[in-house]
Amino acid sequence: MSTPVLLLHIDGQPVRVKTGSSVAAALRVAGGMGVARSSVTGQPRAPFCGMGVCQECRVLIDGRQRLACQAVCAEGMRVETSE
Amino acid sequence: MTALALEHCDLLIVGAGPAGMAAAVAAAPSGASIAVIEDNPAPGGQIWRDGPGAALPPAARKWRDALERHANIRVCSGTRVVAAPLRNELLLEDAERGWRMQWTKLILCTGARELLLPFPGWTLPGVTGAGGLQALIKAGLPVEGERIVIAGSGPLLLAAAATARAAGAKVVRVAEQASFAAVAGFAASLLRWPRKAAQAVVLADPQYRTSSRVVSAMGATQVESARLLQGDREVAIACDRVACGFGLTPNTQLGRMLGCALTPADAGAQALAVDALQTTSLPGIYAAGECTGFGGSERALAQGTIAGHAAVGNERSAKPHEAERTRWNAFAAQLHRSFALSPDIRRLPRPDTLVCRCEDVPFSALADCSGWTDAKLHRRCGMGACQGRVCGDAAQFLFGWTPPAPRPPLSPARIATLAGLAVPDDDVDRQ
Repeated sequence: MSTPVLLLHIDGQPVRVKTGSSVAAALRVAGGMGVARSSVTGQPRAPFCGMGVCQECRVLIDGRQRLACQAVCAEGMRVETSE
Repeated sequence: MTALALEHCDLLIVGAGPAGMAAAVAAAPSGASIAVIEDNPAPGGQIWRDGPGAALPPAARKWRDALERHANIRVCSGTRVVAAPLRNELLLEDAERGWRMQWTKLILCTGARELLLPFPGWTLPGVTGAGGLQALIKAGLPVEGERIVIAGSGPLLLAAAATARAAGAKVVRVAEQASFAAVAGFAASLLRWPRKAAQAVVLADPQYRTSSRVVSAMGATQVESARLLQGDREVAIACDRVACGFGLTPNTQLGRMLGCALTPADAGAQALAVDALQTTSLPGIYAAGECTGFGGSERALAQGTIAGHAAVGNERSAKPHEAERTRWNAFAAQLHRSFALSPDIRRLPRPDTLVCRCEDVPFSALADCSGWTDAKLHRRCGMGACQGRVCGDAAQFLFGWTPPAPRPPLSPARIATLAGLAVPDDDVDRQ
């Protein structure tokens, strides 16, 4: 039996992940090392602390700013990485 | 704009890791209404973090089942504390709403975070904390086929390596800063804690090196290699990911904001001070687990159990758990001695290495600051979204600066949550 998957969109692109995955995991599945945002001097940043402390993985999820590492993916979720 | 909902409970527990779970289960037979709030999507804390990449141990399941069995325990996952607007009240927020929670007794089980220290390249995508990597993998991060270097200090490095390997990664090096003598001494001491010795055997890793530390992570847009200092020899290792953690720091922010006293500053990271019944310096407020000093899940369970009984006035039931707590306090002390950070670790950053990742403040900009407040006001260090959680710990280690007690909001919050506080309502108890 295959693992249940769900579909969400990251910056408009469809991404399939295992049910229960964090949005941080989905960013990595979408490509590269999972860049979530750009720093104040324009550097790419990806999930770092993994436990809701560093705020490096903040993204817009269905229009609300949340931490990718603490948010669980849901079917049809729309995630936007931030500039 | 409408006023925020106001809820009540007899006992509020902040954090559903081992300490918080044990506290709730110990307090439940009293019949008190218990609310447990938890930042993570599910109970278990960092050690028992659930997810598609996690295999929960039987102990974690047992405690989670126990939480579910008691109808008077309500667990609010994905919830953070924003502020303490009134005495015996916290302002909370989850993904959907903000609300106020009034409590009669409060137990802080806020855990610990990883000590993350700056080194050249630590902001590159592909660099994570060591415990951070473990948490991300448990939450479904795919690492199959990745070559991973793990560096820093403490048994968590081996635990992270085991998690990564089980997920299909190739762990190419585990670099422990402590000396061989220190690590061997720690391993020998485990005879006093046989369960820990058994874990250590399971975690043994052929790529483990002592007296080794990270020099830099390198790559154009993501990690491509790492440089390590092994003894006095520098080596370069090609890799896709670097995971670095230098031990743990107790999460004392909420306790400090409420006014709880800390332990003396002499022995490393400061923690919330507690007495024999896990009471903090403030009456009615207890603390248990890693926020009182890190020492593992067994210590947290014993402390949580004692705090749970004490908070509902059942001090007699707390007593039998004191011996267990003493035993694991000794383990914690051994852990701290063996993996004390070498002063060399202070030389990790170069002048252009960013210390504050939120505001991109380099090490060189902080060198002439007189302290944490000066660095905040004149260099914007600690003024970003993490509110100094990462760079404040780093600055404390690198420069000896102690950040002042935090002010609300304790975590980034939505305007609606904060604004809701200002709306007058018909709660006559408000002062």
